Amino acid sequence: MGKYVEKEALPPPVSTTGPVAWVRQNLVSTPLNTVLTLFALYLIWELLPPILNWAFFEANFIGDDVSACSGAGACWVFIKTRLGFFTYGFYPDPERWRVDISFLLLALVIVPQFIKGFPYKAWIGVAGLTILPVIVGILLVGGMFGLNHVETHQWGGLMLTLVLSYVGIVAALPFGVILALGRRSEMPTVRLVCVAFIELWRGVPLISVLFMASVMLPLFLPEGWDFEKLLRALIGITMFQSAYMAEVIRGGLQAIPKGQFEAAAALGLGYWRSMGLIILPQALKLVIPGIVNTFIALFKDTTLVLIIGLLDILATVQSSIVDPKWGGVATEGYIFAAFCFWVFCFGMSRYSQALERKLHTGHKR
Amino acid sequence: MTKDPDAITDTVTEAELRAGHNLDHEVAKEDVIQLIGMNKWYGDFHVLRDINLNVHKGERIVICGPSGSGKSTMIRCINRLEEHQQGQIIVDGVELTNDLKNIDTIRREVGMCFQHFNLFPHLTILENCVLAPMWVRKEPRKVAEERAMHYLERVKIPEQANKYPGQLSGGQQQRVAIARSLCMEPKIMLFDEPTSALDPEMIKEVLDTMVQLAEEGMTMLCVTHEMGFAKTVADRVIFMADGQIIEQNEPHEFFNNPQEARTQDFLSQIIGH
Ligand SMILES: Nc1ncnc2c1ncn2[C@@H]1O[C@H](COP(=O)(O)OP(=O)(O)O)[C@@H](O)[C@H]1O
Ligand SMILES: [Mg+2]
Repeated sequence: MGKYVEKEALPPPVSTTGPVAWVRQNLVSTPLNTVLTLFALYLIWELLPPILNWAFFEANFIGDDVSACSGAGACWVFIKTRLGFFTYGFYPDPERWRVDISFLLLALVIVPQFIKGFPYKAWIGVAGLTILPVIVGILLVGGMFGLNHVETHQWGGLMLTLVLSYVGIVAALPFGVILALGRRSEMPTVRLVCVAFIELWRGVPLISVLFMASVMLPLFLPEGWDFEKLLRALIGITMFQSAYMAEVIRGGLQAIPKGQFEAAAALGLGYWRSMGLIILPQALKLVIPGIVNTFIALFKDTTLVLIIGLLDILATVQSSIVDPKWGGVATEGYIFAAFCFWVFCFGMSRYSQALERKLHTGHKR
Repeated sequence: MTKDPDAITDTVTEAELRAGHNLDHEVAKEDVIQLIGMNKWYGDFHVLRDINLNVHKGERIVICGPSGSGKSTMIRCINRLEEHQQGQIIVDGVELTNDLKNIDTIRREVGMCFQHFNLFPHLTILENCVLAPMWVRKEPRKVAEERAMHYLERVKIPEQANKYPGQLSGGQQQRVAIARSLCMEPKIMLFDEPTSALDPEMIKEVLDTMVQLAEEGMTMLCVTHEMGFAKTVADRVIFMADGQIIEQNEPHEFFNNPQEARTQDFLSQIIGH
């Protein structure tokens, strides 16, 4: 009979929390992983210092013109002196407070949406989608309440970008919902009209839509029917994006089980109430990522208004960097424009993630 | 006692007369559901063949039959989730036609429970229950909530009121679905295999709720294979096959003395293992 041999106790389990464990799990878990980690560290080591040097340590922030720039680092003086143009375009100087108030109102609507438990958050949001565009519209256009009229061809820069995308977003969502419902309607004519609309707008590039809106449309419209170029661009963008939006939302509608429609019908809810209370809330929630994707695409697509002569933020930057007085500030200009776009797109993306988490009631077993 | 096929046909003729002339008010009131010579097709497929069925007020009917025999389709025609193509369906004196108003009226009177519960997952249990009363019957929220709590207590889950459907077990969800229907105070309840998606240990809690409802005098049409339930509460058991009502009888006779060969086959399969 073998003798009982006491086995050595097993070592304590390798720690699974804390920074050491994190490094072990994520950075050096396999030989390949370790090599990749080392390579990434090498890249950071090589690239980060020159970038930081250029953007901050050797950059010029103080001054009013090109003479203030040493040329060793970024010339942020350029952005600083042109900031007014990038923000307001040709909006007249004495009237720019109206744009500032509009920005402020927008911020007052948007910021609470990011704060958990902010009072009347939903109502503020609703106001932002309904009243805000009207107030801002009056404020920016003027011509009433003692405000001077400002022609829309003077609008530009960030302000124009925001106007185009905000109106596009606020209008494309409801249009998209209606088109998506129409495409699934049991009435053949409604279905046909919606399918035709969606396929037509999706089938052409936005550039040609804008071009048509600004150059071709006036040729076909009867005399005296000509209306604002900005308005035409807005309508073009809205139509175009609502066709995409409709397809995103239709995807959500199709994912809702038939039983939901039946339960709603069996309870006596009619078509609109079933849709509004039962189907759409679930369908829209399902496709939040797709909706936000469309919003982000819309936001960036607004730069295309350049081709019909409207100067959005990118166009104001582009027209400034070719100014011979400032030689070689293209990098700074484009980085600034990219940063502005990134801030808004990233904000939308974060908001959608927060919204998804908040609306999650699935608790799938 | 055995009902012969002729007796059934006689009732039908009577019903047809009543529906046609609408003279006999008292009897017409008695029958809350009348299906008269109803036919339905899915394309070329004749799914319901010449269905004749009268349901009295307070009657509890169990419908059984092999899968695909048209049981669901038949009861779904009663609240117009499916459209019939021939014959008449009269619910509580209102005939189902394409008239949307009639469909609305009938759906208010008829509650329905589905095999897969079909609760609204984005709403809490309480919101599920108050939604239709508030939007269809235009009740103030407070009234609707009080009634919802009353029915949730009756199905014995008031403590779950603020949870979401996804947090409840199948049996609890089905009881919520029953409470949700009851909140509309229907005169008739339709059940389409309410226990067949449930784990065995949850079937009893749902059946208990249904028995309680039956004892309170609700008019019920239940598609179910729970023969114990049929024996205890049903006034009549209907056997369907191939889109037809093959046989109907009160439960004792139906189970102990089935007349048709197909009924006997079916019963031996589900009872005799
Ligand atoms: N929407 C539909 N389109 C075509 N056929 C259908 C549809 N719904 C049901 N059916 C067919 O009708 C028959 C009866 O279905 P159903 O009423 O669900 O049967 P049961 O509930 O008795 O199992 C089945 O053969 C089924 O395949
Ligand atoms: Mg069925």
